[in-house]
Amino acid sequence: MLLTITGLGLGAMYFLIASGLSLIYGLMGVLNFAHGSFITVGAYATWRVQKELGGLDPLVLRFLLASLCGLAVGALFAALVELVLIRPLYQRHIEQVLVTVGLGLAVTALTSAIWTPTQQLFEVPGWLKETTTVLGARIPNDRWVEIAAALVVLGGLLAFLRFTRYGLIVRAGVENRAMVTALGIDVRRAFTLVFTIGGIAAALAGVLSGVYFGSIDPLQGTRLLIFAFIVVVIGGLGSLGGSAVAAVAVGLLQQYANYYASPGVGDLAVMLLLAVVLLVRPSGLAGLAPARAAG
Amino acid sequence: MNLLELRDLHVFLGASHVLQGVSFSVPEGGVTALLGRNGVGKTTTLRSIMGLAPGRGRIELGGKDVVRLPTHRIVHRGIGYVPEDRDIFAGLTVAENLRLAERNGGSRYELVWELFPMLRGHLGQRAGTLSGGEQQMVAIARALLNENRMLLVDEPTKGLAPNLVTEVARVLERAAELTTILLVEQNLSVVRRIAQDAVVLDQGRVVHAGPARELLDDPTLVRRFLGVSGGHA
Repeated sequence: MLLTITGLGLGAMYFLIASGLSLIYGLMGVLNFAHGSFITVGAYATWRVQKELGGLDPLVLRFLLASLCGLAVGALFAALVELVLIRPLYQRHIEQVLVTVGLGLAVTALTSAIWTPTQQLFEVPGWLKETTTVLGARIPNDRWVEIAAALVVLGGLLAFLRFTRYGLIVRAGVENRAMVTALGIDVRRAFTLVFTIGGIAAALAGVLSGVYFGSIDPLQGTRLLIFAFIVVVIGGLGSLGGSAVAAVAVGLLQQYANYYASPGVGDLAVMLLLAVVLLVRPSGLAGLAPARAAG
Repeated sequence: MNLLELRDLHVFLGASHVLQGVSFSVPEGGVTALLGRNGVGKTTTLRSIMGLAPGRGRIELGGKDVVRLPTHRIVHRGIGYVPEDRDIFAGLTVAENLRLAERNGGSRYELVWELFPMLRGHLGQRAGTLSGGEQQMVAIARALLNENRMLLVDEPTKGLAPNLVTEVARVLERAAELTTILLVEQNLSVVRRIAQDAVVLDQGRVVHAGPARELLDDPTLVRRFLGVSGGHA
């Protein structure tokens, strides 16, 4: 039971990162290697604000306020990345890869330079460190929060896609971006919005990874990003539902393999799963072709 | 008075020089047919007007150059587009396809229901599950939903059964009462029925422009420019 819930908690974090990656690729055809920097920026912004609010009690209020600031900074950072770095490079995929890889490295280096490469303790409310006994297993409470956060984000994103005009534009844009513009819609606004949503979800993953691991460090975003990319590929590029299923599968597999085989085998098992899915179903579990380019 | 003017339009697709100085005018009102054999640049011409295939030269809509505008702003100048392969959003419902096309309020659903009454019964159906003819209706309906100054319609009868070809021609005739149409069409009987003017492209250049009937009534011209003896190009 503990293994399963812990695997689901890990999968929840992977999903939070993968959801933005998947939407960004599906709509814009951009493989955003800088997505890990959104995690780092969100986590460090939360940690810094929490330190600044040191005198504010209770801790839960301080944590919530700091987390909200972290999400806002993550959203702003992601929007700026889209507007300043990605927008001038539409349809120039090699340059996009170079810029996003470079940004990811730069944010890691900058974070290390400012706050040292060592781990920083992430202060969380006491309740999150406590456990709840379910079927005889003592489950850390933060796992429930991680799972609940991922479910809320999944539900929110599905509702956004299903019931809002921008959601309609994103769904249509994933199918055929050029035709969306040919209907008189400025699809670039949807691009910025999707990047911003991805930034919020990644920043939330950054906060929750701090809770999950008890600390943050400059490379945490990059480590999580690798598995989020695997989740996106297994789930199918552009499919939110596929990413959710794949995130659960990867999180559980990692935990079970690490426990029943030996620590470290989990990563290998995930790679094997990726290889099998790519061989059997190259477009992933629910893969879509990338959007047809405008122009 | 001309609504659309192309002047010395050049378009490159990769290394191919597809449009090599295309110039022609489309008068306001009625239907102008853009004709020619396969691969001479008809679709590229429409895509270039839409800003989907960037070109060099001048494209004036109502006297204003639109050649460097992004596609969505060209559309807001009053151009509706029905692409060659319909390009409906297969994963969206018919209602969502139409809703996506709404601009500036005041959408003309009454006109759409008048022309395509069957669509009302399929609003909740995924557009990708419709027949080819029904998908074409959705594509044309999207363009007619707004009050456009001009419609660019690319091979609307391609792949349709004869009864549907007649139906599409009827719809375009009705649409032409409301707006100017630039029509790419291989079916010359449809062109004969609805077009007043014709422009013929060959190898990326305009080789003929004039009244449609004058062209279609002359077997020599039809054979020379369109490579057929009549009926279908």
